Amino acid sequence: MLCNICNKNQATVHLTEIVDDKMSELHLCDDCARKKSMQMEQQFGLSDLLAGLVDYGKQLSTVDKEAAAVAHCSACGLTYEDFRKIGRLGCGECYTAFAKYLGPLLKRIHGANVHVGKSPKGFSEAVAPKTPKAKATAMATDVNELKASLQRAIEREDFEEAATLRDAIKEAEKKKKGK
Amino acid sequence: MKFEDLLNRTASWLKGSGPNSDIVISSRIRLARNLEKFPFPHWAKKPDSEQVLALAAAAFEKTPELKDGIFLRLDDFDNVDKQFLVERHLMSNEHAIRSNQKALFINPDENVAIMVNEEDHLRIQVMESGFDLDMTWRIMDSIDNRLSEVLTYAFKREWGYLTACPTNTGTGMRGSIMLHLPALVMTRQINRVLEAIAKLSFTTRGLYGEGTQASGNFFQISNQVSLGSKEEEILGNIKGVIKQIIEQEEKARESLMAEHREMLEDRIWRSYGTLKNAHIISSNETVELLSMLRLGSDLNIVANVERSLINELFILTQPSHLQKLENKKLSANERDVKRAQIIRERIGG
Repeated sequence: MLCNICNKNQATVHLTEIVDDKMSELHLCDDCARKKSMQMEQQFGLSDLLAGLVDYGKQLSTVDKEAAAVAHCSACGLTYEDFRKIGRLGCGECYTAFAKYLGPLLKRIHGANVHVGKSPKGFSEAVAPKTPKAKATAMATDVNELKASLQRAIEREDFEEAATLRDAIKEAEKKKKGK
Repeated sequence: MKFEDLLNRTASWLKGSGPNSDIVISSRIRLARNLEKFPFPHWAKKPDSEQVLALAAAAFEKTPELKDGIFLRLDDFDNVDKQFLVERHLMSNEHAIRSNQKALFINPDENVAIMVNEEDHLRIQVMESGFDLDMTWRIMDSIDNRLSEVLTYAFKREWGYLTACPTNTGTGMRGSIMLHLPALVMTRQINRVLEAIAKLSFTTRGLYGEGTQASGNFFQISNQVSLGSKEEEILGNIKGVIKQIIEQEEKARESLMAEHREMLEDRIWRSYGTLKNAHIISSNETVELLSMLRLGSDLNIVANVERSLINELFILTQPSHLQKLENKKLSANERDVKRAQIIRERIGG
């Protein structure tokens, strides 16, 4: 059987395509199949799946929904609506601008929403400066940051997350006393 | 090193050595990193993207681990050259399709490749031969640390490394193992294995990476989740799963050798015979036959063909490589002839 697209090579890939409820069969050669799969990937990429996930199970109140509709990132101008459409954020600042909505989304994607992995060299040095006094201040900010996250978690009634953060704060405070 | 030199070189991850290299082709880790204060590539305007390229190039130059590499601006590359880089597993298809303000850095061993302005500002990849995520991570970690001394990454304590797509947020890390599992396929156990993997939130892809179907006997398995665990834990989970798959494949190979030795040897020798003698061969048939030859070499049935040569042929027989070797555009039919010729030349003898 020859390829349906180029009509030159042997068809090696057999596809069933459903467009608008109509089913059609396609028999393609290796090259055309590759091209076709690239097209399909562009048409229906991860962003579509993700946009679905952003909507899925989102139990925001009407007030929150209205707020989400007008929310935008002041650094890059991306709106939450843009993010819902393209499935990509605009810049690092978007994570702060949309923190309220992204927390639960990250949790749905990863099953967790607190980073415990490595941090950039510059970053750890910035929060752990050399002098003891500066070190204490840096750690305090750190705990405050965690406490702010805890507050946010409680507000959105994410108690599992709140418990993780509470433990992290305890741990940080213990460290602070220890040193 | 120059771009033109790549064609006559073999990437170090293809040498076919390292732990469990009879079953594991390669171990690969990639990190997604972005620069603070710059919009992500899809949302950035040209001047911002140009600045990211300049900052990245300067940072790579200062990094001892990235010595003597090449920094390729892809804007003016033609399709054959870009696909050539995709075929060598140095960059994604996505990076080849839209190439304005995009670049690729490659080190001389081709075990490190960094895409600049793909989905994220930096996509750093380290790839090693065999099953060795520990060493792969050590190399990656030190490159990442060095770069973070020069570049200010977008990072938030609570959520880690900030990425364009929230599926990569946190560690920004994806670890992938490329496996050759002919015995599990032949004994029809592969679906059971793949189903179990999917349940553990790992993904399976094909030989040619992102977006490709698992084809023939090659499977690339990677973690899906990047937030909430330490890098070492994520890699530890992958190691645990891969170890079990390796065991299953070993058992399947043993039982094939014990119960169907003649059938297996026949298939392997016939594959070798076709590869040595064919004058026209498609890419699908090539992958299928090379897979059998590799199994023959791994089981010491075919003793005189090096594993590294077989690995290399998987790369050399792809469309853009064939066209670069012939130094002109080739139709699909012409490629099938050229492909057969390349294979005969290398394993004929």
